[in-house]
Amino acid sequence: MTSVIERPSAPQSPHTPSLVNRLKPNLETLPTLAAIVIFVGMIIYGEIAYGRILQFSTLSNLFINNAYLIILAVGLTFVILTGGVDLSVGAIIAISSLVGVMLANSGWNPFVVIVLMILIGSAFGAASGILIQYFNVQPFIATLAMMFLARGLASMLSTTPERLADESPIRTLSTEIKVIDGPKINDLVTTPNVIIAAVVVIIAFYVLHKTRFGRTVYAIGGSEQSATLMGLPVVRTKLAIYIISGTLAGLAAVVYTSKLGIAQNITGVGWELDAIAAVIIGGTLLTGGAGFVLGSVIGALVLGLMNVLITRDGSIPPEATTIITGAILLVFVLLQRLVVSRKRKT
Amino acid sequence: MSNPPSGAASFVKTSVKQPYIWAIAALVLLLIINLIKDPSYLGISVNAVTGDLSGNLIDILRASAPIMMIAVGMTLVIATRGIDLSVGSVMAVSGAVSMEFMHDAGDGSLGSALMAIALALGISAFLGLINGVLVSIVGLQPFITTLIMMLAGRGLAKVITSGQNTSASNEFFRWIANGTVLGFPVVFVIGAVIVALVALLVRRSALGLMIESIGINPKAARMAGIRPVGLLIFVYILSAVLAGVAGIFSTASVMTVEVAKTGFSSEMDAILAVVIGGTSLAGGKFSLTGSVIGALLIATLDKTIVFLAIPSSATPAFKAIVIVAICLLQSQRVRALFSQRRARTSTPRKEAVSA
Repeated sequence: MTSVIERPSAPQSPHTPSLVNRLKPNLETLPTLAAIVIFVGMIIYGEIAYGRILQFSTLSNLFINNAYLIILAVGLTFVILTGGVDLSVGAIIAISSLVGVMLANSGWNPFVVIVLMILIGSAFGAASGILIQYFNVQPFIATLAMMFLARGLASMLSTTPERLADESPIRTLSTEIKVIDGPKINDLVTTPNVIIAAVVVIIAFYVLHKTRFGRTVYAIGGSEQSATLMGLPVVRTKLAIYIISGTLAGLAAVVYTSKLGIAQNITGVGWELDAIAAVIIGGTLLTGGAGFVLGSVIGALVLGLMNVLITRDGSIPPEATTIITGAILLVFVLLQRLVVSRKRKT
Repeated sequence: MSNPPSGAASFVKTSVKQPYIWAIAALVLLLIINLIKDPSYLGISVNAVTGDLSGNLIDILRASAPIMMIAVGMTLVIATRGIDLSVGSVMAVSGAVSMEFMHDAGDGSLGSALMAIALALGISAFLGLINGVLVSIVGLQPFITTLIMMLAGRGLAKVITSGQNTSASNEFFRWIANGTVLGFPVVFVIGAVIVALVALLVRRSALGLMIESIGINPKAARMAGIRPVGLLIFVYILSAVLAGVAGIFSTASVMTVEVAKTGFSSEMDAILAVVIGGTSLAGGKFSLTGSVIGALLIATLDKTIVFLAIPSSATPAFKAIVIVAICLLQSQRVRALFSQRRARTSTPRKEAVSA
C-alpha cells in the first residue's frame, strides 16, 4: 500500500531521456515477451515429450478450437486496457447461441440469425456500459449482474442442449478449407471461423494502435482523470468499449455455435476467466494503460496449447486444469505487480 | 444494532431511517405474494412429539443460514473496499474436504464429524489467508485475487473428490442441517450465534471502526496509525472461514458434495445480501443487521420462485434485476433525480470509479 502514497516521480526527467526510453519499452513488453517465451517453450517441450505438436494438423486445430477464445480475448483487451473488466462474456455466449440455434431451427434466415446473435451481445455490452458510465457502478459488479441476467434468461429459454440442424447454413462457417495438402492427415486447414478471428484481430490492432479512439482507450487506462481533463471523449469511449466487448462475445457465440452445433444454458461457464487469463498472460496490465492485442492472441494460444498438452499427457487429471490456469494467471499478475513497482522506482 | 435502546417508539423511528427498511418491505411483499397464492403459507405447525416447528417460514430460516454466513463475511470484506468472489468455491472446498474425510473414515462417529469440521474450516482459513496476504502484503486488487481463488478453489474441490460427487453418512454431521434445537433448525441457531459473536467482536471492540476507517479513507487510516495488513488478512480469513461454515451447512443437508454445484454463484448471493442491507460497495460503513436481513430476503426470493413454479435455474435473472435496481438507487444520478433540492445545494460530484 506504500505505493499509493508515493507520488510518481516526475515523468521523463529531461537529462536522462535515453535511459528512460531504453528501460521503458523493456518493462512494458516484458510480460508479452514472457508469454511468447512460454508459448515457444511449451511447443518445444510438447514436441520433445509427446511428439506431433509442431505439425500442420495440430497447429491448425489449435487455431480452429480457440477461434472463439481469441475473439473473446480481443474484446476483453479493450476493456482491461481502460482498467475495467467484463465478466459477462461467457453468459452472453450462452444466451446468444441458445437464441441463435432456436431461431435457426424454427426457420429464420441464417443471416438475420447471425446478425441478431451479434446484436444480443451488443445489447448486454451497452447495458453494462450505461450502468458503469452513467450510474457509477463498479465495472465488475455491473458485468457480474449482466452475467447473471444473461445466464438466467438463457435458463428460462431452455435447460436442455439445443441442437443446430445438420443442414443449417450457419454450420458452413466451420467447414474446413485445405490450404496446404500435407502427407496423410497432416494438412494445414483453416475454417471461416479462423478467418473471422484473424480479421477481428487485425481490425482491433489497427483501431488500438492507429486511431484516435485507440489512443483514447490507452489514455483512459493510464489515468481517467487526466484523459477527461485533456478533453478526450471519455464517456463515449468507455461506453464503446463495453459495447465492443459484448459485440465480440456475440460474434464468439456465432463462431462457437457453428463449430459445435449445440447450444445450452450452461455453455461458456468460466470462459470469462479464460479470456481474462489470456489477456493478462498476453501482457496487458490489469490496471489498464499498457498492453497489446497481439499479446492477448498469444495468451489465448498458450491456454489452448496447455489444454492440448494436458490431454496428451494424460497423467494430470482434467479437473486440475482450472488450478493450473489460476496458477498461471496468478504468476502473471504478480509479474505485472513487480514490473509496475519497478517502473515507479525508476 | 448500535442504536441505544431508548424506548420502542424511538427504535421504530431509527429503524425506518435505516437503508434496509426497503429490504424489509420487499421481504413482506414477497411473503404477501406467497400468501395470495396459498393462504396457509405462513402457517407454522408444531410437532406434538418432538416439539419441532415446521412450515414455510422455518424452511426460509433454514435456507437463509448459509447465505447469512457468507453475507456477514462479505460485509466486512466490502467494508475494507475489497470483494471476495471466492466464497462459493471455498464452500465447495469445505464441503468436499468434510465429505471426503467422513467417507474415508466411514465410522459415522462424533469424532470423525468433529474432525471433518475442523479440517474443512482449517483449509478454508488457509485459503482465506492466501487471499489476505495477496491483497494486503503483495497489494494485488481484491477482485482479481479472489477471482483466481474462485477458479482455483473450484478446481481444488474437484481434485479433492477426483471430480466425483462424494457422499458420506454421519448422523452427527447430518444433525447440523436437519436437526432442531428448541424447535428451531440447528443451522439457523448456529448461524445466529455466529452472527451475534461476529457482531459483538466488531462492534464492542475498535475492530469495526478500524475496518470502516480503511474503507472510508485508507490513507487517513494509515496516518492515524491503523495498520491495514493485519486487518485485511483478518477479514479475508474470517470471510473464508464463514464460507467454510456455509459449505458445511449446505452439504450436511444432503450429505453429498456436488463439486460443480455446491456454492455455485453464492458469491452473487452474498454480494446481493450485503448491498440490499445498505452497505455501499465503495466500502466504509457497514451494517451486519442489514446483511442478515438481505440474506433472509434472498432465501425468501429463492423459495418464492420455486413456490410460484418458475424454473429455479432462472433465479439468477431475478437476482440480477434486483442488484441492478439497488445499484441504480445507490447512484448519485438517480438520487439527484429523486431529490431536486440536494441536486441544487451540492454540486453533483463525479466519483472516480475504482475497481
